[in-house]
Amino acid sequence: MSSTILFRRGRVIDPRNGVDGVRDVLVRDGRVAEVSEAPLQVQDARVVEASGRLVLPGFIDLHVHLREPGEEGKETILTGCMAAVAGGFTAVVAMPNTKPVNDSVLVSEYVKAKAREARLCHVYLAGAITKGLQGEEMAEMGALVSAGCVCITDDGRPVMNAGLMRRALQYAQLFDLPVMVHEEDLTLSGKGVMNEGRTSTRLGLTGIPPSAEVAMVARDMVLLEETKGRLHVAHVSCEGSVRLIREAKRRGLRVTAEATPHHFTLDDEAVGAYDTHARMNPPLRTRRDIEAVREGLADGTIDAIATDHAPHGVLEKQVEFDKAWNGVVGLETALGLTLAVVREGALSLQRAVALLTDGPAKAFGLPGGHLAPGAPADITVVEPDVEWTVDSARFFSRSRNTPFHGRRLPGRVAQTWVDGRLVFEDGHIKESR
Amino acid sequence: MRHLLGIEGLRRADIEALLDRAEAHLHGGPDASHVLRGKVVANLFFEDSTRTRTSFEMAAHALGAEVLNWTTAGSSVSKGETLLDTVRNIEATGPVALVIRHRSSGAPHLAARHVRCAVINAGDGTHEHPSQALLDAFTLRRRWGSLDGRTVLIVGDIRHSRVARSNLHCLTTLGAKVVLCGPPTLLPPGLESLGAEVTSNLDSVLPRADAVMCLRVQTERQSENFFPSAREFSRMFGLNAARAERLKPEALVLHPGPMNRGVEIAPAVADGPRSVILEQVAHGVAVRRAILEEVCR
Repeated sequence: MSSTILFRRGRVIDPRNGVDGVRDVLVRDGRVAEVSEAPLQVQDARVVEASGRLVLPGFIDLHVHLREPGEEGKETILTGCMAAVAGGFTAVVAMPNTKPVNDSVLVSEYVKAKAREARLCHVYLAGAITKGLQGEEMAEMGALVSAGCVCITDDGRPVMNAGLMRRALQYAQLFDLPVMVHEEDLTLSGKGVMNEGRTSTRLGLTGIPPSAEVAMVARDMVLLEETKGRLHVAHVSCEGSVRLIREAKRRGLRVTAEATPHHFTLDDEAVGAYDTHARMNPPLRTRRDIEAVREGLADGTIDAIATDHAPHGVLEKQVEFDKAWNGVVGLETALGLTLAVVREGALSLQRAVALLTDGPAKAFGLPGGHLAPGAPADITVVEPDVEWTVDSARFFSRSRNTPFHGRRLPGRVAQTWVDGRLVFEDGHIKESR
Repeated sequence: MRHLLGIEGLRRADIEALLDRAEAHLHGGPDASHVLRGKVVANLFFEDSTRTRTSFEMAAHALGAEVLNWTTAGSSVSKGETLLDTVRNIEATGPVALVIRHRSSGAPHLAARHVRCAVINAGDGTHEHPSQALLDAFTLRRRWGSLDGRTVLIVGDIRHSRVARSNLHCLTTLGAKVVLCGPPTLLPPGLESLGAEVTSNLDSVLPRADAVMCLRVQTERQSENFFPSAREFSRMFGLNAARAERLKPEALVLHPGPMNRGVEIAPAVADGPRSVILEQVAHGVAVRRAILEEVCR
């Protein structure tokens, strides 16, 4: 294959470099060589006709569960990467709650090796804040960073011990490392299984009040202000959190945040008649919270759209609601759900692209996320007007736990390129291995 | 109706038809012992129960059915079998209906999605207990003729009560006003939007009530800090003799049982002239016959 590729006459949206218009994009040896308003004439280039399509920086997902090692029946690094590139993602950050937990160089090396073998998208690592995610002793942060971890997080678990959280924020400054937090005060969420409100009352399910999240965000903003560390708030779900993060940013604190497509699309009524595909943590909230999260996405309070891709098998979901596991898969529906919000007018297309590319790249200091000359040729080509119906049976992910099965969504991923290699095209994975 | 998973969503006509049929059963009515002859009704009680299980069993027998009584004790559930596997295995033996009691809200809904026979919710977690609500409504209707314009006060642990939820839907659909009363910690959000009046001031609403339904206080809630002590609960929300004095002369007292005598209800009130508690139990069989007949048609 030619190592020179010309993306011709696509609408290039590159928020970091202020580009939005029809351009030619030239790629050489895995890197962006030129972005030109005038048509380029290049000898021996592989030409991608992109007229009528969007040519975007490859999407970056800061929050993905690949389940390997430990729960390969739900997902493997290979199938997770397949789902990622099918969804237009060229980079994912793998969460540490594997079995064993990624709190060591050994597990980090294993994940990296498997990702190299899959050879589809970039897989960055998140290491644990505490050993075994137990919330008691700090993991060896320096070793994790040298093994390639780009952030630390106890993932689905909050660091309940405020003293420990404070020291983690301080210590991580040795490496200028973002500390990613699942904000939940467990004494407030208790045995809750969905948002506390009219629907939980009606269904007789134990509710999780918004204060469970907001109180922890408030605590961590206080700690952040004191320590001057770097904090990344995972999956923001409610109005109060958005408000606190907005204020913190205004005061100059080093905080970034992400929101998931399910939290800016569905409210708690999606639980319906005990549909466990709507069980997640944080839980789906109310219409008002959705609006607040969307406002946060639009005004820059929230930096990134992340999927919290959480594959689970039938055994974890086809059970009583209060026994079901939390989480939904998200890599293959994220773009469509984001573009649906654009279509509703709550988000500009440029901002939506920024949230999938530039925002996440900057939050964790990752390469990519833009198309300036010299940047890695991670490129997603999208047909913005094509509508499609979500069919979970056709997911590349090994799991099917989505509340969006059957939903019509706009925006089809036509091609995904990683380092100038075509890895996904027209519904098919290319060049795996 | 194919299943009876809850009262929510039933129309007034559906409920009245069930109560009418129960009335016919109560009076002896035409011989119904052939209705389910040769058929099996499976009682699946994943949670303990005396009243409801016995009552469904008697109702099934009265309709000529065989009853398969299944409980978790000594079952494969203790070996880790899932709810769906248990339900599918029981269904494979060929019952016409599954009567399910489970500690998880929504468990009968899950079962109903995966079986072909009828599913009757005999109480699911803190969600609904439809047969109880129907027998409560039946008891009130027999006394009053109609529930239209009546006020029913339900007092106690509303948050964790499936009886309160089912009764709220049932009584309001039949035209009554429902007032829910308890400490603020036991009043979950959104009750007003479900059609209830909500208060924590028991004494202020007592004089308006045409009936008071006391709910069982689950004493484990004390350790979860929903209220400070059973004694304080009793003082604030118990239906004692002095409070009963403040009721309208003809007001009725109900309790779905089992009762904590001296906590949510004083013995003198439970056994007093206003009490229809044993009538409720007696009506249970007639109402459950009507339910079985309806879903097994």
